[in-house]
Amino acid sequence: MTTTPTAVQPVPRGGLARLVGRRVTDWLPALVVLVGTIALWELVIRAFDVQEFLLPKPSAIARTFWNTRSDLWAAGWFTFQEAFWGFVLGSGFAIFVALVLARWRTIGSAFMPYAIAANAIPIIAFAPITNTWFSPLEKSSKISIVAVLCFFPVMVNALRGLTSVNPRALELMESYAAGQVQIFRRVRIPTALPFIFTGLKVATVLAMIGAVVGEYFGGALNALGVQILTRARVSQFQEAWAGILLACLLGIALYLAVAALERLTLRWVPSTSE
Amino acid sequence: MSVVQIKDLTKRFGETTALQGIDLEIEPGEFVSLIGPSGCGKSTLLRIIGDLIQPTSGAASVNGKPARRARIDREYGIVFQDAVLYDWRTVSKNIALPLELARWDRRRRAAKVKEMLELVELTGFENHHPWQLSGGMQQRVAIARALSFDPLLLLMDEPFGALDEMTRERLNLELLRIWEASGSTVVFVTHSISEAVFLSTRVVVMSPRPGRISNVISIDLPQPRTATTREEPRFFELVTEVREALHLGHDIERAPA
Repeated sequence: MTTTPTAVQPVPRGGLARLVGRRVTDWLPALVVLVGTIALWELVIRAFDVQEFLLPKPSAIARTFWNTRSDLWAAGWFTFQEAFWGFVLGSGFAIFVALVLARWRTIGSAFMPYAIAANAIPIIAFAPITNTWFSPLEKSSKISIVAVLCFFPVMVNALRGLTSVNPRALELMESYAAGQVQIFRRVRIPTALPFIFTGLKVATVLAMIGAVVGEYFGGALNALGVQILTRARVSQFQEAWAGILLACLLGIALYLAVAALERLTLRWVPSTSE
Repeated sequence: MSVVQIKDLTKRFGETTALQGIDLEIEPGEFVSLIGPSGCGKSTLLRIIGDLIQPTSGAASVNGKPARRARIDREYGIVFQDAVLYDWRTVSKNIALPLELARWDRRRRAAKVKEMLELVELTGFENHHPWQLSGGMQQRVAIARALSFDPLLLLMDEPFGALDEMTRERLNLELLRIWEASGSTVVFVTHSISEAVFLSTRVVVMSPRPGRISNVISIDLPQPRTATTREEPRFFELVTEVREALHLGHDIERAPA
């Protein structure tokens, strides 16, 4: 997949292999590191007799994860829904705003400094506030904080993509007497897609963080963040760690889903096939 | 009726006078090259003809209409130094883009794309993406795209400037073949003297500061031109004539006012 593009190269096919992007041998080094890390973790805890409240053994976490899987899954699903809908709402609105700002540049230059400044604000600090705006027990309180978290990286990236079009490409569209709608549909949006996906991938990570941390400030009993917090408070560290593990897995799943969508959408980009 | 008509045209960028007192008429079927050192305004003149920038005073008309009307009526195709292909579109879809914008139906588009691929000899590459093609092939796609909607006028801004000498000479021959087959009028910006002489029916020599036309040289080499045209004595005479005209323009610039 790393051959240099030449004139005789066949059009790449979009099979599963291409979707995953790599052969098994490409994955192998990463797999070795993962297994090695877990083994080392287990070994160090056994060898130095590390107390469970500091760090449980991976094997113990895995066992607890498996034994409590149905409860865990219910909590995880609840929190994942918050993360997912917050991500969808925040990202969707971000792309819409970016389109408006790219179309009317004066509005864009008026708002952009604040958008960039807002991007630097630790938005998660507002979580207790959204908990009072909506009921902390309702998903909407977490969805709203997740949406705000996802908004900025997607908006900033999308706007950069929409405005980083080759000026010659725009001149060409002008020479074809294309209108603004056509220029956006056929040039600006396709150019922006790789940027938008970069923003979306950042947002997937923020979404899971936002949902779980939002729940630390108060949430329904069957929410993953609340579960982790209460288990840790009553010294059920294996259960807390099992919850953390699930939060990680759900975050990675959301990220991979977006990455797969990116590969499907951007088949024409040579770099996504490498 | 002239395809391009320019009368007493001036273009200023702030303090700089990019073009001054430009008068130029181009007849149907001509192949006119604009040649000159950088800063002489040749690309600016091309963009004014294409209504991509506006003159400060004077006007350009294309096919008897103001340049703006001609642009909206899609009366010219343009090719830049880099192919500016849309990476997310296949070769076929790149060529079809102007046709989509002109609301041709699918069947007519497909027939035209096939015809254009044959014209630029890229049949078999319709489903390739631009990054899979060599620079010369990309430029051929750009030419096919510019000609796809049968414009009477083809504007080319150093289209082969980024290619190696051998590819460039081959594409010169291909362009002449395409020009003859399509019957269009070509305005061609270059800074290669031999390329200008080889391709053109007329060479417009420009000089800088302020950009102006210093000489117009008719190229009376017989048509159709072939690879051996470059070896004829008359070719060398004309190359010398254009070179001297360029240097003369340069000397005028240096002489005290």
